[in-house]
Amino acid sequence: MDYLKAFVVGGLICVVGQILLDKTRLTSARILVLFVVAGCLLGGLGWYEKLVEFAGAGASVPLPGFGNALAKGVKKEIDENGFIGVLTGGFKSMAAGVGAAMLFSFLASQIFSAKEK
Amino acid sequence: MESSEKAKKQYQDMVEIYSPKSKIATDCLRAFLCGGAVCAFGQFLSNTYLSYTGSKETAGALTAVTLIFLTVLFTGLGVFDKFGKLAGAGSFVPITGFANAMSSPAIEFKREGLVMGIGAKMFTVAGPVIVYGCLASMVVGLFYYFLK
Repeated sequence: MDYLKAFVVGGLICVVGQILLDKTRLTSARILVLFVVAGCLLGGLGWYEKLVEFAGAGASVPLPGFGNALAKGVKKEIDENGFIGVLTGGFKSMAAGVGAAMLFSFLASQIFSAKEK
Repeated sequence: MESSEKAKKQYQDMVEIYSPKSKIATDCLRAFLCGGAVCAFGQFLSNTYLSYTGSKETAGALTAVTLIFLTVLFTGLGVFDKFGKLAGAGSFVPITGFANAMSSPAIEFKREGLVMGIGAKMFTVAGPVIVYGCLASMVVGLFYYFLK
């Protein structure tokens, strides 16, 4: 059942992205930024977390889930360290993802060459 | 002559019936199926990691790292591009899009050098995501700090 929920909710979030891509002049890069920021603000209000509880990876794997993780991280950091958490929380909570992407991308650039297009 | 005209008309009617109503409907269907599949796979990873580690947060982070790893690998192999053409937003809205946005230029611009090639180009798309993501988190943080 949780697979079905993840599939449907995750799929629908992607459909929103596709409609934005086809119907507006937003590029994919802008949609990425928009989704992360939207997820962060919805996460700040505590709304996105309800969707994560319902759909699991269907809500946390798409980029709004990444934004939601930033909001969660900043709140946690403020609870633990006070005001400085406003600055450190978001960055800290994306560290694992961005760090992994940096490492793997660097290694990939050393192993693979660009394909002729 | 007459029969060929008729056949043409028939063919056109058939095209009308069987071709998708519009580009956006097909695009959305593909995005839904592919994006949904990525998320369902993420759910599988998350469940698996949860049963090993027992921590929801660790399982979530490991799921993201695994998806990022696979995306970078498939980007390097040139497979992700094809998936992207098929899936549209289904490929870049999940976390896979972020990983692809970093690895693809890193590979493409490596001939421009380690610093301004790989180092800088990796963040052409990921940079803005990080900047505005962090700024949004600070806005959330400020409200949270003063209103809690």
